[in-house]
Amino acid sequence: MRLEGLVRKEFLQILRDPSSIAIAFLLPVVLLLIFGYGVSLDAKHVPVALVVAQPSADTASFTGAFYHSRYFAPLSLPDMARATEALMQGRVQAIIRLRANFARRLRGPHGAPIQLIVNGVDANSARLIQGYVEGVWIGWLGQRARARGVALRIPVRLDPRVWFNSELRSRNYLVPGLIAVIMTLIGALLTALVMAREWERGTMEALMVTPVAMREVLLGKLIPYLILGMGGMALSVAMAVWLFHVPLRGSLAVLFLCAALFLLAALGMGLLISIIAKNQFVAGQTAIIATFLPAFVLSGFVFDIGSMPQAVQGITYLVAARYFVFILQTVFLAGDLWHIIVPNALALIAIAAIFLGLARHHARKRLE
Amino acid sequence: MTGTPAPASGPIAGSDIVLTFRDVDKTFRTGGRTVQALRGVNLEVRSGQVTGLVGPDGAGKTTLMRTTAGLLVPDAGAVTVLGLDATHDSLAVQSALGYMPQRFGLYEDLTVQENLDLYARLQGVPKGERAARYEELTRMTGLEPFTTRLAGHLSGGMKQKLGLACTLIRPPRLLLLDEPTVGVDPLSRRELWSIVYRLVREQGMSVLLSTAYLDEAERCDEVILIHEGEVLGRGPPQRFTTPLAGRTYAVSVPESLKKRTVHERLADAPDVVDAVIQGEHIRLVMAAHITPDLQRLLPGVRGVSIEPIAPRFEDSFIATLRDGADAEGAGAVAAPAPADAPPDAGAEHDTVIEVRGLQRRFGDFYAVRNLTFEVRRGEVFGLLGANGAGKSTTFRMLCGLLPPSGGELRVAGADLRTAAADVRARIGYMSQKFSLYGNLSVRENLEFFAGAYGLGGRRRRERIAWALSGFDLAPVREAVSGELPLGFKQRLSLACALMHEPRILFLDEPTSGIDPVARRGFWRRINVLAERGVTVLVTTHSMEEAEYCDRLMLIAAGEILALGTPREIKARARTPGHTHPSMEDAFIALIEEHERERGAAA
Repeated sequence: MRLEGLVRKEFLQILRDPSSIAIAFLLPVVLLLIFGYGVSLDAKHVPVALVVAQPSADTASFTGAFYHSRYFAPLSLPDMARATEALMQGRVQAIIRLRANFARRLRGPHGAPIQLIVNGVDANSARLIQGYVEGVWIGWLGQRARARGVALRIPVRLDPRVWFNSELRSRNYLVPGLIAVIMTLIGALLTALVMAREWERGTMEALMVTPVAMREVLLGKLIPYLILGMGGMALSVAMAVWLFHVPLRGSLAVLFLCAALFLLAALGMGLLISIIAKNQFVAGQTAIIATFLPAFVLSGFVFDIGSMPQAVQGITYLVAARYFVFILQTVFLAGDLWHIIVPNALALIAIAAIFLGLARHHARKRLE
Repeated sequence: MTGTPAPASGPIAGSDIVLTFRDVDKTFRTGGRTVQALRGVNLEVRSGQVTGLVGPDGAGKTTLMRTTAGLLVPDAGAVTVLGLDATHDSLAVQSALGYMPQRFGLYEDLTVQENLDLYARLQGVPKGERAARYEELTRMTGLEPFTTRLAGHLSGGMKQKLGLACTLIRPPRLLLLDEPTVGVDPLSRRELWSIVYRLVREQGMSVLLSTAYLDEAERCDEVILIHEGEVLGRGPPQRFTTPLAGRTYAVSVPESLKKRTVHERLADAPDVVDAVIQGEHIRLVMAAHITPDLQRLLPGVRGVSIEPIAPRFEDSFIATLRDGADAEGAGAVAAPAPADAPPDAGAEHDTVIEVRGLQRRFGDFYAVRNLTFEVRRGEVFGLLGANGAGKSTTFRMLCGLLPPSGGELRVAGADLRTAAADVRARIGYMSQKFSLYGNLSVRENLEFFAGAYGLGGRRRRERIAWALSGFDLAPVREAVSGELPLGFKQRLSLACALMHEPRILFLDEPTSGIDPVARRGFWRRINVLAERGVTVLVTTHSMEEAEYCDRLMLIAAGEILALGTPREIKARARTPGHTHPSMEDAFIALIEEHERERGAAA
C-alpha cells in the first residue's frame, strides 16, 4: 500500500511536470531526428569541382560519370584559380582536374593522369572521397572497355561483400547506438534530478518520518522511471524501424529484456548520484559528466572503441552503455547472437547490482 | 466526533511522560567549525498538553525535533519517545508519532486531495476509513473548498494547514510541530493554534511545538526555553514571568514627543535591562530591586508618565540572558554606528519617495494594484503584509529592479523609469537573505561592496574601518562570513548596504530569524540613521516590529488596506468591547473587513 502510494505519486508528478515528459519522450524524438537525418557519416552528394582544361568527347564521358554518381554533386569550373578559391571557401570538398593533354595521353602508352585534390581537414571524409573518386574512375574505365568490346585488364580484382549493413548506411548503426544514449538520459539524469528535488523541497524529510522504509522510497522511484524508460525505448525502436528503416534482425523480446537490464544500471547510477548530491544542480552536473558523456563518447556509439588508445579502451569497460550499444547493434543488424548477447547482458547485470546495492547502502533514514 | 479513530491506545493518565531527553549532546561539523547544537539536554514532555519549545533561531530546536523523530542520532545521552528508544527503534517511533518539519514536504505539483491520498497510504490508513478521515481533516483545517487545487497554489497559511492535515492523517499519540507559525500571517496563525488546542482537548493528543516567537510561549501549557543548545528553564509560562513581577513598566510618551527619541534615551539609562517600543508606550524591564525614577531615567523631559505592567515572556527571556551577563550591561546591545554620517541638509518634511497609482501585472495576475503613497525624509516607513501580499514586488519596483506596469514612481526626486541607475547610487538595499559572499571573509565582503559602489583610495579605507568598528565586526574581520552566526551576518549585511552612505535605505524583512537581543541592537542602529535624516523603508510581517515604524502601510492582495501611524491604524480596530487592540488585532480586523467587502462586491 505504501509502495503503491509512492508509485502513484511519482506518476502524477511526471504527468504534471512538462520537463520530465520532455526528457522521456520529446528528447528521444529530437535526438533520433537529428542523428537519423542530420548526422551522417556517409559521403553523399559531396560537392566537388571539375576543372577540364580542354573539353573533348573523352573528358565529357569522364565527367558524366561524376554527374551520374549519387555520391557527388559536381561543379564545373573553368580554371584552377577558381577551383582553389572554391575549395578555400569550403564550397567544394575536392578538385578533380583534367589537363589539356588528357585526351591525347589517354591513347598513349602511359595513360592519362588525373589530378585529385582533397580537403583533408576531416580525415574520415577525405578518405571516403578518395575512395569514391577511385570507384567512379574504375567504373568509367570498365564502361569504356565494354563499349570497345574488350575486357578491362586488371590482374587482381577486389570483389567486396559487406555483411550486416550491406548498404553501408551509417544510420543503421547510429540509431541503435543512440537508443543507449537516450536510455542513459532517462534513467540516470531524470532519476538523479527527481530524487535531489525531494531533498531540496523538504519532501524527503516528511517522507522519512512516515513508517515508510528506505527500500520502498527507492523502489518508488525505480518502478515509475523503469516504466517511463521502457516507454522511451519503445518509441525509439518504433522510430528506428518505421521511420529510419533500420533492419531489426533479432527478436524484440531480447531487445527489451536487455533494455530493462541497462535501465536498471542507469537508474542505479542516478539514484546513487542523487543520494550523495542532495541538490538538483550538483546531481544534474554529475549525472551528465558521469553517465551521459561516457555513454556518448566511450560507448562505441559513434567512436569505434577498437581504434581508441589502450588506456581509454580499458576505461570503456566501466561504461554500462558500452555493453548495451554492442547488444543493440548486434540485435538490430545481425540478430540474436547469444555468444555476444549473454556476456554483455551479464556485464549489465553486474553493473546494475553494484549501483543499486550502493544506492541502497547509502540511503539511510537519517538526516546526516 | 464520529468516525474519529482514537489515538493509538496507551496509558491515559494526565501526568504521563511521552518524551524524555537524558543528557543529550549533539554536535555538527560544518567546514572547519564544530557547532554544538545540543549540550546536556534534559527534558520531559507530558501527555495531553501543549509543550512549547521556545528559543531564538539557531537555539537547537530543529535538532531536538529531528532527534526525537529518530532522524538524527545523538552523540551521547538517551532519547525515549512513548517508551521506545528513538535511535534503535526509529521505525517504530516514526509509526507512533506525527512530525511536521519546518518546511513541510508538500508535493506542490499534486493537489490537496492527492497529497492527502499519498500520506494516507504511507501511514497505512485502511481504505474504508479514509473518506471519513479526509472529510474531518479538511473541515477542521478549512481546506474543504480547495481539495482539487494544486498545493503549490495555496497561500502560506493554507499550506501549513495542509501539512498539518497530512501529519494527522493517522492520529498520532505525540505530535511534533517544528515552527508551524513561521511565515504565516496572523490570521492563519491564530487558526493553527486553535486547531492544535482542539486536538489536545478533544482527542487527548500530546503536542510538542517549537517557535521562535516568544509571545507564543504564553499560549502553551508548559514551556521549555532553549538557547544555544542548552535548556535554560522548564515549566508553565507563569513560572518564567512571576520572578519579574515588579520589574516591568510602561512609560507613556505624549504625542508631542517622538517615541524613538525617548526610546533611545531610555535604552541607555542606568538600571534599564531592556527597553522596547510597544504601541504608545516604551516598555521597560528594570534591574532587580530598583524602583524606576523618571527624573533619573529621563532628566529634563516633561509630560511622560510611568506605570507598572504585567511581565511577559520575552521580558523574562531578555532578563535571563542579561542578568547572567551583568558585566556587559544593558548598553552592550548597540553601539549606535553611523555616528559620522552628517545630518542631511534637507528639511524634515521633504518628500523622498512619491508613488501614484503604481501597478504591476504578471500575466493577468495583479501583484500590485493602484498603490499611492509618499515617504518623507528621515521617516521609518513600514510595509506590512502576509506572504504574497505584494511587499517584495513593491520593494523591487521602488529600488528600480523591476519596471512597473503602470503608475508614477519618483525616488529622490528622479523618475525611476528614466534615471534608475542614478537613483541606485543613492539607495542602499539589504535583502532578506543577506546577499553576502559566504565564502569570503568579513573584510573581503566589505572591500567588495566598497568597490562595487565605486569607493576608492582613502575613502574606501575609511568606510571599511567605519564598518568594522561601528558594527562590532573587528573581532571577526578575517572570519569566513558564511559561517558566522545569523546576527553577525545581519550586521555585516547592513554595513555593506551603508557603505556608500545612501540617503534611502531599503530593508527587506531584515530581522526574520534573528533572536530578540540582536533584533534590539539592529533597531537601535536604524533609529540612529533615521534621526540623521536617512529615510528607511522596511518590510516585515512581525507585528512587534511594525511598532518601530513612524508610519505603516498595510497591504493585502496588492492593495492598501490601511496607511498611517501605528496609533491611527490600531484606532481603526477599536470597538466598544476591545478598547486597546494590539497591532495583530488591527491587522486581523482589517483583513477580515477587506474580505467581507470583496465578498459583498462579488
